[in-house]
Amino acid sequence: MTSTVTSRSLRWARRRQSFARSWAAYRSQRAGMVGLVLLGAVVVLALAAPVLVDQSQLSVTQATGGRMAPPSAEFPLGTDETGRSILALTLWGSRLSLLIGLTATVVAILIGTTVGVTSGHVGGWYGWIALRISDWFMVLPSLVVAIALLAVLGRSMGTTVAVIALVSWPGTTRLVRAQTLTVQARPYLERARALGAGHWHQMTRHVLPNVLPLVLASATLLVPSAILMESSLAWLGLGDPGVVSWGSILNRASSSGAVSAHAWWYLLPPGLAILVVVLAFMMCGRALEAVFNPRLRGER
Amino acid sequence: MTESTPSEGDPAEGPEDATTANGPATRPSDLATPADGASTEAPSARRPAGRRGRVSSGFGRYVAKHVGGAAVSLLLVLFSSFFIFRLIAGDPIDQLTRERPVSPEERAAMRAELGLDEPMWRQFWDYITGTLTMDLGDSFQYRRPIFDLIVERLPATLLLSGTGMVLAVLLGFWIGARTGWRQGSRFDRGHVATGLVLYSAPTFWLGMIVILVFARYLGLFPVNGMRSPSTPPDFWSQAVDIGHHLVLPVLTYTAVVYAGYLMIMRSSILDELGGDYLTTARAKGLRDDEVRRRHAVPNALLPTVTLVFLALGSVVNGSIITETVFSWPGLGRLFVQSIFYPDRPVLQALFVLFSSSTILAVLCAEILYWFIDPRMRRSG
Repeated sequence: MTSTVTSRSLRWARRRQSFARSWAAYRSQRAGMVGLVLLGAVVVLALAAPVLVDQSQLSVTQATGGRMAPPSAEFPLGTDETGRSILALTLWGSRLSLLIGLTATVVAILIGTTVGVTSGHVGGWYGWIALRISDWFMVLPSLVVAIALLAVLGRSMGTTVAVIALVSWPGTTRLVRAQTLTVQARPYLERARALGAGHWHQMTRHVLPNVLPLVLASATLLVPSAILMESSLAWLGLGDPGVVSWGSILNRASSSGAVSAHAWWYLLPPGLAILVVVLAFMMCGRALEAVFNPRLRGER
Repeated sequence: MTESTPSEGDPAEGPEDATTANGPATRPSDLATPADGASTEAPSARRPAGRRGRVSSGFGRYVAKHVGGAAVSLLLVLFSSFFIFRLIAGDPIDQLTRERPVSPEERAAMRAELGLDEPMWRQFWDYITGTLTMDLGDSFQYRRPIFDLIVERLPATLLLSGTGMVLAVLLGFWIGARTGWRQGSRFDRGHVATGLVLYSAPTFWLGMIVILVFARYLGLFPVNGMRSPSTPPDFWSQAVDIGHHLVLPVLTYTAVVYAGYLMIMRSSILDELGGDYLTTARAKGLRDDEVRRRHAVPNALLPTVTLVFLALGSVVNGSIITETVFSWPGLGRLFVQSIFYPDRPVLQALFVLFSSSTILAVLCAEILYWFIDPRMRRSG
């Protein structure tokens, strides 16, 4: 009994230590810290949106502003073609854009890590086929696949998440598989096998902990592409028609002729919001990658 | 045994893998030995199937392997497109007749016209043979053969994405080589930051802003389309007109994409920085610029050249969005227009076309890699 407690506390001490080390390495990168602060601000705004702006402001029928009115005291960022405040729309849009981007990434990472670890660990026919399939998905143009699937599956939040996850898992699979193969060759796995460890134990206790840091870095870099993909799909008119996201705001803007009406206040806020969030995630992801990816470590 | 073969479809990091995973046993002398009799057991141990060390037979096997892989991928595309558009999608008649009521007889007639009353295996067979013989059926919205539609719109797409891609590659490589060379300098940081910001901008939004500024406010360029109706029909006026229309889409496309090439070239240069041959070149008394241009860049180009081919998937993505923003009469816009009609035969044909062109581009990259990287030839 005491021995398990000691080994567990040892393990946790080691994890705390390595976390502290990684954090120190991360903190030394200015771009990563800037990205983190930006992200924190956006997440706080997205969470606080219901407090800051009442949901009734999103209703088309209760809109009080003029048709595509320029910024004024009452509407700091102007109004859309039905008289709703662009500021309110952009704030509420952040919730959906972030939610879809994060959910799709989590799903993609789960699939990617599972397939990557199992195909690298088990190998054989299964590994070969898994590798082929992920290669195949990787080569296909992601937007084409996403559009085709959404066109036949129908537009909803669920299908959007599923489709984005489906086109973004193979990158993670590749990365995880390569790392699994490296870990696989290390002596401590041989020791574990010699002591009679099963596949499950080897994968969850030895392979996975070594793969997770890389997965974290790649997940952080997947979120921006998922958000960009969601906004592109929503802008094309393939988003859930019942919700407001940054892409769907811009879809309404272009279909209601905001460009020819010179309504810059309609275009700038949602687009800049996408840009800032994507940039922040990329800065964080690149910093994390530099911390965890041994190939890049010498680069700094 | 499941060690990934470095040459096989590895879009993300193929070149890097290829340089590291080939094993240490390759020496230039292996290439020179004409037949297996003279060589030691080292080459045969490395390549159990191949008895001869000759380059030609290795190339044949290499090409056969990759062509086979690409053929399987293409077949998978055909299968999946049938699966998506015929099996998941349900009955197209429902969607086509959403607006008006139809009698059961009319429905049956429409189904017969579209070949939907045949058994599924029969439809599948017709679809496969039709696609392979370029008989893609008729478009619902244009009532014309899809093949003609594609041929008509292909030049516009090639013009836009070709120009954009060439510009993005040149700009990205040119800046990337310089930023990597002076890593950490203000020049480096400035360009990486600019590239990342533009890379983070959604293509469609940047396009709208570009139209707003350059076409609406400044009035320098046309708002959309590819040619104005008022232009005289002679060649030069048309060419100038199309060029004038091309500027903004290409600007948008290049701005978003070039950062990717910049980062590729930059990291490739960084890999070369410590090389002894660069010290030698400097010791010979070459100027810094010459060391970069004549020694570092050619070596750094090696792994990046194939990445240009491998990026064709993102070229397709970018051209779909750019064409839609600028109402450019190409394939990408046709694809988007077909979503909402819904013109399922066109969606299906373009899905197959876009997917297979990226698969073929990857195949080209793999074959090209054989010629530009001598290490591939030695270790098969």
